[in-house]
Order: sequence, then C-alpha cells, then structure tokens
Amino acid sequence: MSTLHTVNKSPFERSTLGSCLEHLLPGDAVLILEDGVVGARKATGFADRIAAAAKNNAVCVLSEDMAARGMSEGDLIEGVTVVDYGGFVDLVTAHDRTQAWL
Amino acid sequence: MEEDGYQGDVCKRFLYVNRRAPYGTIYALESLEVVLIGAAFEQDVSVAFLDDGVYQLVKGQDTSGIGMKNFSATYNALGDYEVTKLFVEKESLAERGLTADDLMEITYEDEDDDWAEKPSIRLVDRAEMAALMADQDVILSF
Repeated sequence: MSTLHTVNKSPFERSTLGSCLEHLLPGDAVLILEDGVVGARKATGFADRIAAAAKNNAVCVLSEDMAARGMSEGDLIEGVTVVDYGGFVDLVTAHDRTQAWL
Repeated sequence: MEEDGYQGDVCKRFLYVNRRAPYGTIYALESLEVVLIGAAFEQDVSVAFLDDGVYQLVKGQDTSGIGMKNFSATYNALGDYEVTKLFVEKESLAERGLTADDLMEITYEDEDDDWAEKPSIRLVDRAEMAALMADQDVILSF
C-alpha cells in the first residue's frame, strides 16, 4: 500500500513540497509538476531536502513542465528522475492512492 | 470491473486534508461542505488538520469585523453527521506557538457507548499523520 504525492507549487512560494516530504512513508513516490519543478533544480536553498528524500523515495519531475521553464536533466538534483505524461499515468496506477498537495 | 459505477453499499475510507487558515481563502469552508457531503453518503470519514489548517480549530474566532460568516461552530456539529475523527498534527501546533488548549472543544455522542460525550479531536504526531494518510482509499486536499 503506497501513495503517490503530487506537488505543483514552488517550495519558495508555498510550504506544500516541504510538508509533503515530511509525510513520506517507505514505498511512496513524489511527482513534482507545474511550478513545483523549480524546486528540483540543484544548488537551491531547498536542494538538500530533495536530495535527502530522493535517497529513500522515488522523486520525479514532469518533463513537459521542466521544458516549459527552460530546465534540462542536467539542472536536476542528483537522484531525481524525469517522467513524461505517460510516466505520470504509470505512477498513478502503480500506487494505491494519490494525494495532491494543494 | 468491481470499482466501476455506483454501488450503494460500498464504504470507503476518505481523508480530508486541511492545510490552510480560515477566511483568507474559501478552502476551509469548502472543505467543511465536502466533508458533510461525504458523511451523507455514509462513508468512513476522517479529517486532518496540519500546517496552517490547525488555525481552523482555534477557539475564540470572531469574524464580525471582516464581514464573513464565522463557520467555526460547524466543526462541533460534525459529530451529528458521524464525523467523529478530527486529527490534529502536534508539530503543526507547536510550530505556530499553539497547544491543544488553544483549540475549540469538539465532541460527539457515541451511540455505541450509551451516547457518552467524547472528544472528536485526536492529537497525532507527524509520523502518525503519515500513517493515517497511508490508511485511506481516497485523500482530498484543501
């Protein structure tokens, strides 16, 4: 039994990504999308928290939203993986429930 | 497929997650409305209050100066709709300088225990909140 957590806002604007990371359980995955993707960029003030989470849980970023914001895979924190919309669907079906952190 | 379509006798575990203070946005009030709808369909409802959502339960709310309806009394009516599980995160309270004493007294009457009046609010730590989330069929965020 596991949960897919989605976060769609920057951690510099909202506390959703931070709160989400504090509530992860083993087997859970995080999908960062829309404005949230800026939080997955390396060398930010938030990067250490993402990197720590990525050691224990799958942390994914939506490629289409990265591209729209000029980000490439090389910009990402180590351990963060890229998924496209098809991968988004796979994540939803691979977990028992989805929690959208709004 | 079994999960397709409406089945009147299916009871799922619903968790409503409240993370915002009341009045600045419509989320807290909308959450209450949806909680009551879920209860009307006789689902197993839990309500979580974390981050700024804990402010929704602070006692002594007075909205007379801002021209908005004070809906805080509604939380104490949830018990009448068999919504008796309000989970409040301890860390969220502490981060905001609040304790359980700052929260409204919210109770329900337990029909399985000679209608004894019992507290609806249950304080949980962050790990327990995570476990609560993992125990649900459906999670709705507000």
